[in-house]
Amino acid sequence: MDEDTIICRCEDLTLKDIREAIEQGCTTLEEIKRATRCGMGPCQGRTCLPLVSSELARATGKKVDEILPCTVRPPLMPLKLGTIAGATNG
Amino acid sequence: MVKGAEVVIIGGGIIGSSIAYYLAKEGCDDVVILEREYASWGATGRCGAGIRQQWGTEMNCRLAKGSVDLFKDLSAELDYDIEFAQGGYLVLATSQTQLEQYRRNVVLQNSLGIPSKIVTPQEAREIVPILRTDGLPGAAYCPTDGHANPFKTNLAYLRAAQRLGVSFYKFTEAKGIEMKGGRVRGVLTSQGRIETARVVNAAGGYSAQIGKMAGLEIPTYSERHQIMVTEPLDHLFDPMVISFTSGLYCQQVPPGSILMGMGDPDEPHSHNITSSWQFLRKMAREALKILPILRDIRVVRQWAGLYNKTPDAQPILGQAERLEGFYMAVGFSGHGFMIAPMVSLILARLIMGRKPPISVERLSLERFERGELVIEPSVVG
Repeated sequence: MDEDTIICRCEDLTLKDIREAIEQGCTTLEEIKRATRCGMGPCQGRTCLPLVSSELARATGKKVDEILPCTVRPPLMPLKLGTIAGATNG
Repeated sequence: MVKGAEVVIIGGGIIGSSIAYYLAKEGCDDVVILEREYASWGATGRCGAGIRQQWGTEMNCRLAKGSVDLFKDLSAELDYDIEFAQGGYLVLATSQTQLEQYRRNVVLQNSLGIPSKIVTPQEAREIVPILRTDGLPGAAYCPTDGHANPFKTNLAYLRAAQRLGVSFYKFTEAKGIEMKGGRVRGVLTSQGRIETARVVNAAGGYSAQIGKMAGLEIPTYSERHQIMVTEPLDHLFDPMVISFTSGLYCQQVPPGSILMGMGDPDEPHSHNITSSWQFLRKMAREALKILPILRDIRVVRQWAGLYNKTPDAQPILGQAERLEGFYMAVGFSGHGFMIAPMVSLILARLIMGRKPPISVERLSLERFERGELVIEPSVVG
């Protein structure tokens, strides 16, 4: 894959950006997320994190299923502030 | 793992990393940082990213002003863009009494070189065009306050420290502190023992637990605070907007997202960092009261972190009187990130036996026994 390939569309990150974060010492998805903002945009990592997992597995010699996923943070889908504020349940 | 070090720092967040950097810069590079998880796992990576100088005590004003002076040149100094920007802080008043308090704070802040001022509701609206100002008596504003990216600032300090020779052990937990004759002798870790005469407690939410390892009662406790962030938007406003009445803070951060957080006066002392639905609803309601135009904007993520608080909302800095070699930089009460540069420079100088740029004797651990508290009134979140 070309190093200029966009991996995280929300934050406009390329494969090169991800590889640099790994070269600088990131060995987990959580560290890459913090160093690059990968997975912090509107899609919350649905597109990019599987790709980053395979890149991280390759770089660390692990299997993809050995790469721990990031903490899942609510809400599970984007919610309007007005909708949240109007909710009366709970 | 190394067998010994001049200084062992417990905690790889902004405080631990920056103390390591300033120690190495002062000439002591035989330093180890122990981090139970990874850099920015804890409070640093969960904080609101704001940098405020508008404080109610002289000590916090000095620490914050000194830190802003350091933040300004930090990207160049550390060769890493920390995204520092001075968009200001707008502190909303909700009553005339509160506005009078702000007037007194501004006099103190101005006397220390902080260019804060009182603004009218109309001026507040010029600064934040989408702000609803109905019933607002006025606000305080400081244009040189701002924000930086906490992850990047943490990494910038850490990488710079590593380049100067500091060793960083992530996923390595401090398990015990060895003492003899009232002095620190070593640190036991999940990877082995490190002989050292100096240990720095920079453990954030776990500062009291690290204190116990050294037989010290540190009167800090942790409390969950939550934040949420919206989808990115076009540029709407520059400053952090805060209210001491609701405890709300809100700012548009560089990706364009609006980040907002708020404390809960009923939050129990705990290490709980799970997110709650109740926060989301309360936060949305408070935010829409002052920024109603955001009604159709979507929240994409929420998270929680710990404030590590002290009884007077001021940090505990320096060496313990009864335990030689045990240093503390803990209990930041929600404002550790913004004062980290100056605090850490001070700690590094103290550890090296040199004169610090600001005297922090009043922030000793022993002030609580002596009853010499200086209560900071201007805490938000």
